This record gives sequence, C-alpha cells and structure tokens, in this order.
Amino acid sequence: MHRDDIGAKLGMWLFIFTEILLFGGLFLVYAVMRHRYADEFHQAAHQLNAFIGTVNTVVLLLSSATVAMSITAVQKGEKRKGVLFILVTLICAGIFLFNKYFEWGHKFSIGLYPGSDMMIGLKHGYILFFSLYFFMTGLHVLHLIVGSIILTVIMIRIQSGSINKERYVLLENGGLYWHLVDLIWIFLFPLLYLIT
Amino acid sequence: MTHTESHITDYRVYGWVLLALLILTTITITVTWIDLSALTVLVALIIASVKSFIVLRYFMHLKFESRLFTVFVVMVLSIYILVIALTFFDYLLR
Repeated sequence: MHRDDIGAKLGMWLFIFTEILLFGGLFLVYAVMRHRYADEFHQAAHQLNAFIGTVNTVVLLLSSATVAMSITAVQKGEKRKGVLFILVTLICAGIFLFNKYFEWGHKFSIGLYPGSDMMIGLKHGYILFFSLYFFMTGLHVLHLIVGSIILTVIMIRIQSGSINKERYVLLENGGLYWHLVDLIWIFLFPLLYLIT
Repeated sequence: MTHTESHITDYRVYGWVLLALLILTTITITVTWIDLSALTVLVALIIASVKSFIVLRYFMHLKFESRLFTVFVVMVLSIYILVIALTFFDYLLR
C-alpha cells in the first residue's frame, strides 16, 4: 500500500499553520488592546498567579522534551521507553490541567468569569484583559486536552506495536501537535502573567 | 514514498535543549522583575522567540527535515508578523 510519510508530516504542518494564525489573531487583539489600555492590563495582571504560570511553563517544556524522546525510543525499537515517555508527557499534561482547574476555580469563586456581574461592572481595560485571559487560556487548554487524547491513542498503539520503528509518522505528528501546544504557552505565559 | 528519514536524535540532545529552555524561562522571569516599562515586553517577546526557535528547530525537528519545511514555517511567520505590523500601522495612525 502506498505510504507517504513526508506528505503526512507536511499535512500536519499545514494544520499547525492554521493554528498559528488562529492564536495569532487572538494575540493581535491582545497586542492592540494592551497598547490601548496599558495601565489597566498591568493592574489586572496582578490577579494572575505567576507562580502557577511558571510551574505550568516548566511542566509543558518537560512534556515537549519527553514526547520528542519518545520518538527517539521508537526509532531505536525501544518500545517500553517509547510508551513510558508518552506516559510522562501525559502526566505533565495532567498537572497542567490540574493547575488550570485551581486557577480558574479560584477566579470563579470570587465571581470573576466571562459575563459575571462583577466582570461587567469593571473598567473597560479590565474586562478586556480578563476576557482575553479566559478565552486564550481556555482555547489553549482545549488544545491541550485534544493533544492528550491523541497522545493517549498513540501510546496505546506503540504498546500494541502498530506504531513501530518502520512506521511512526503518527507519533511524529502527535508530537508536532504537542509542541504547538507548548509554543502557544511560551507566548501566553509572559504576555498574561509577567506584565506586572 | 516510504519513510526515508534516518536521523535519530540522541536523548541527550533533547536533554540539553530542555535545559536551555528552562534557563531562558528563568531569564524571562528575572528580567520582568526589572522595570524597563515598554522595553520589558520587547525583551520578553525576544526571549520567547528564541525559545520558539529552539523548539521548532530541535523538538519539532526542522533542523533534520527537508529544508522545505523550514521555508514554509518562515513564510507563515513572516505573513503573520506582516499582519501585526500592518494592523499597528493602521491603529496607531488613526
């Protein structure tokens, strides 16, 4: 059967380009609004927990390294390591999700969520900051969840042997998608959490 | 066309790349403690761009793939940066 691994990888890259433009559009909105409401963005950012943001950054960077290592393992035929590295990646994703749950949960508990009475009563710049925060981190977390599901399927297939050293483009593509999730966060983190 | 890529990246390379990324993250955080007002954003963005470059080149394997992939990535990022520049040209001159 005809197989085109380079074509498959190119397809994934094309999809990644659409994702870059998707988040790129949101970053553009952020850039313009931040320029316009500089003080309010600066003040509003104090509500965010930079420590949790940092932990999340470290965890995602680690997860990117482990998914890359999983590819090396499969290329070498080291099946067990391949599965283990993906497992670590998934654990990292879990930690990130757990932190997010904490972060958002705290905000919800003080009445800060899109459309809440509290938020509607805030100054314009604040509303913009928090709306962008919820939308961008929310969309990012959605991608993280989808990526986790994809990597779980990939992990099962490495274990079963349908992804192996002769045939692993699915793993490479799953890895690429995961690195995209990491890349987005690399920009989200300083722009949302470190502008105080 | 079956899989032709034969380059296997050593585990240790990924280890070094991760270390570099963590160091850059530390630098980003420390730099934001120094108040340079408008310049802080620029520095943070520059460091983020360096991190992205490293992720793209090593984790996403652009260094070892056909150069076509790098060309595509550069093209898309250029278009995006152009969009930002044009938007700001409009916005700042209103």
